[in-house]
Amino acid sequence: MKPLQTLDDVVIRFAGDSGDGMQVTGSQFTNTTAHAGNDLSTFPDFPAEIRAPAGTLAGVSGFQIRFSSHDVFTPGDAPEVLFAMNPAALKANIADLKKGGLLVVNQEKFQPRDFEKAGITSNPLEDGSLDEYRLVKVDMARMTKEAIEGLGMGTKEVDRTKNFFALGMAYWMYNRDLAGTEAWITTKFKEPFREANTRALRAGHAYAETVELFESRYDVPKADLPPGQYRNILGNQALSIGLVVGAQKAGVPLFLGSYPITPASDILHQLAGYKQYGVTTFQAEDEIAAIGSAIGASFGGAMGICTTSGPGMALKGEAIGLAVMTELPLVIVNVQRGGPSTGLPTKTEQSDLMQAMYGRNGEAPVAVIAASSPTDCFDVAIEAIRAATTHMCPVILLTDGYLANGSEPWRVPDVSAIPAFPVQFRTDPDGYKAYLRDAGTLARPWVKPGTPGLEHRIGGIEKAEHTGNVNYEPLNHEKMIHLRAEKIARIAVPDLVVEGDTGTEADPGELLLVGWGSTAGAIRSGVEMARSRGYKVAFTHMRWMNPMAKNTASVLRSYKKVLVPEMNMGQLAHMLRAETLVDCVPVTKVQGQAFKVSEIFAAIVKHSSPSSKGNA
Amino acid sequence: MTTEPVQKPLLTKKDYMSDQIIRWCPGCGDYAILAQAQTVFAELQIPRENLVVVSGIGCSSRFPYYVSSYGFHTIHGRAPTVATGLKTVNPELSVWLVTGDGDALSIGGNHTAHVLRRNVDLQILLINNRIYGLTKGQYSPTSEHGKKTKSTPLGSVDHPMMPLAFALGCDASFVARSVDIFTKDQRDVLRAAYEHRGAAFVEIYQNCNIFNDGAWDQLVDKTVRDERCLFLTHGKPMVYAGGKKGIRLQGLRPTIIELGDGLTADDCLVHDETDPYLAAILARMDYPEFPVPMGVIHRKERPTFDAEMNEQLVEAKAAAEAKGPIDLQALVTGRETWTVG
Repeated sequence: MKPLQTLDDVVIRFAGDSGDGMQVTGSQFTNTTAHAGNDLSTFPDFPAEIRAPAGTLAGVSGFQIRFSSHDVFTPGDAPEVLFAMNPAALKANIADLKKGGLLVVNQEKFQPRDFEKAGITSNPLEDGSLDEYRLVKVDMARMTKEAIEGLGMGTKEVDRTKNFFALGMAYWMYNRDLAGTEAWITTKFKEPFREANTRALRAGHAYAETVELFESRYDVPKADLPPGQYRNILGNQALSIGLVVGAQKAGVPLFLGSYPITPASDILHQLAGYKQYGVTTFQAEDEIAAIGSAIGASFGGAMGICTTSGPGMALKGEAIGLAVMTELPLVIVNVQRGGPSTGLPTKTEQSDLMQAMYGRNGEAPVAVIAASSPTDCFDVAIEAIRAATTHMCPVILLTDGYLANGSEPWRVPDVSAIPAFPVQFRTDPDGYKAYLRDAGTLARPWVKPGTPGLEHRIGGIEKAEHTGNVNYEPLNHEKMIHLRAEKIARIAVPDLVVEGDTGTEADPGELLLVGWGSTAGAIRSGVEMARSRGYKVAFTHMRWMNPMAKNTASVLRSYKKVLVPEMNMGQLAHMLRAETLVDCVPVTKVQGQAFKVSEIFAAIVKHSSPSSKGNA
Repeated sequence: MTTEPVQKPLLTKKDYMSDQIIRWCPGCGDYAILAQAQTVFAELQIPRENLVVVSGIGCSSRFPYYVSSYGFHTIHGRAPTVATGLKTVNPELSVWLVTGDGDALSIGGNHTAHVLRRNVDLQILLINNRIYGLTKGQYSPTSEHGKKTKSTPLGSVDHPMMPLAFALGCDASFVARSVDIFTKDQRDVLRAAYEHRGAAFVEIYQNCNIFNDGAWDQLVDKTVRDERCLFLTHGKPMVYAGGKKGIRLQGLRPTIIELGDGLTADDCLVHDETDPYLAAILARMDYPEFPVPMGVIHRKERPTFDAEMNEQLVEAKAAAEAKGPIDLQALVTGRETWTVG
């Protein structure tokens, strides 16, 4: 028996062909790790093609998980362990593996014809190109076949179980219990696959233990998480549940109009299963019908929602303007992906910020909120519904592919402790006018058709200030434009909170990093890393993009230099310069991939003045 | 002592007229259509609070502003989508969708197709004047081939589409046709549309006296209409021209027969609203080859989208309640959890 070596933090990646079951392997490893008490963060990375030709680079699917005995905010920069099920997976992922890292390959797939498919000319297992890594060659296919012999399964089916063999090896390496995955296999598969997968899993575990291929096995102690009940949750799941809870807290039924689009479709799938909670889901004929139906539902007294990604947002522009004009509550979720046009459907980006802010005809201000982590999607969904119903306005909720498919442990909130914000539909005809506003929120009354005495007409043509009748008068138009902008400006947004080195306008600090959306984890970790090495640096995160927190300008002016890391060409930096006149420096990345902590750290090092530099 | 039920005063046509000044051009056919709709609303005594008029963009789409009910003047072509969401969350409402040939068949053609195949319980009034009026006179998807307009000075090379055949292609459950100036027939058709459970598609020929004056005169002018329109009644033979002519089927094709001289109404096709094959024939019949069919061409009940969507909600709730109280916390907690501390 190998001695147990304690580790604080591990990043491991499973990579193989789309048909190799790497997502299943990764999510099973995640669940078991979560149950073992580690903090964790995951990142699946899969191709847009459903089944690209087997063995090619286009078909490589990966799943990275970082698990730790302390808080983690990102799925990790570089894995120290890589499982590569074929040469294409090796080629696509090897550059990320840490030098000296453990590389486990599925030996049988390293044949000349596999090299050809992957577009490599020599055998990497023999040509010395992997000398910097601890290479472990495992004949997974043969051993899986032996393990499940007698179950009467064909070669193809045998091949489909070898991911469980790999998973079994990984469990042995990190001293994990097989029970969770075994129970899952029992519920998920019928015979003979149930038996085959179980045997493959155990065989992988036994093999790792027996042959002593690995120098050591590791233990990652439990993280010191706040006490409570936990579940592991994906961003899209948290968002779906948040929308349901938000609508219930508002006391209105939820109506989702949606057209399938990667990476947002899972929200439609998820909500379609929640009919018992009063959730209606409508798969519309196109993106415009999706938002049109949601607007119609909101007019009818339900909470209209639509979920989409960038290309769908582009199609919804005119209808969002209609919701602005008719002042109806609406939440439009954009799970951002790489653009422009079809772009990178399965990859992440933050390049729709300006589209969300300004992507409509006319002066059409819309509230914009962004989630910072998979679990934050839950809170942000509730917050979006609260703002939409309180102020009678559309709210755009931005997440991205990295949040949507990433997961982390979530301390399950007590739903009864989440404050309700019940909608009061107007029923009193006395003194009713369709566009008379609440003095505080500037919301117009929400009236359900069917209410006697409150019949009224709304539409996309400019409204007279109080009656809502069609009106083309110059001064009325100007007044209404100001009112619609003021209404958004009045959404209550908490002040920005600064972590790290303090600064004030009178006595500015050295360096501030401003983040938004899914970059929060990488920026926070990068700043922590820099501070631990003596750099004077601070971090603040923006949740509301419109309206911005009232103290935004003041916070930015409290530092000599402001960096804005974002996965676009500097859209927030552009906005912040306009809003605050602070010369923010964009730190951009547009590779369809999230920031690495090391990249944030490098940016801090680069932009730190000599006096604020640490001893790194 | 007994109490008499309080009798609400009957609603009159005037009760459905809003206080807004109507801004259609003098002489526009839309006035007649609005008046017939308001008359029918009163005949049917539709509570004003339960009546919603939804429209897209175009001259006819100003309709909601002139009806003193709930109304939504949406964006170009998208009225069916808004109406679908509204009717789904509030199936008690009587939702009337008013659209035009450009709105419904050009920019909104996709939505028209889908609202019909889904059979959302709506009344859809497609006011067809074969021209773009609000944008001041460009050809529309129903304009005749060769039509000279501002955007087609040498004549349009687009072939016009057939709205009713299109609707039947979407398997519409109710398809009818009327004309702005045929006020009584129009009211009959609107009433039938209201009584139909499902998407009731009504094409109404309308005259744009500014940009396409006389668009339908060759069919509907008093001097020719008897000869060129075929008024349909369910169960009755297809006879027109004051009983002098009729329609008979020869193989799969309709033909015109002269009655008298041995041929009577009994030799004519009998209209059957429920027959989709007959509907397909009628929808293709057009002047000058044939008289143009008027009235209810096809009517067949099938489940409505809004009813089925709501049944699913009820069933899902009942199924969940059978297992115990519906618990929002259970949704948030999920199935697989672990405890720390």
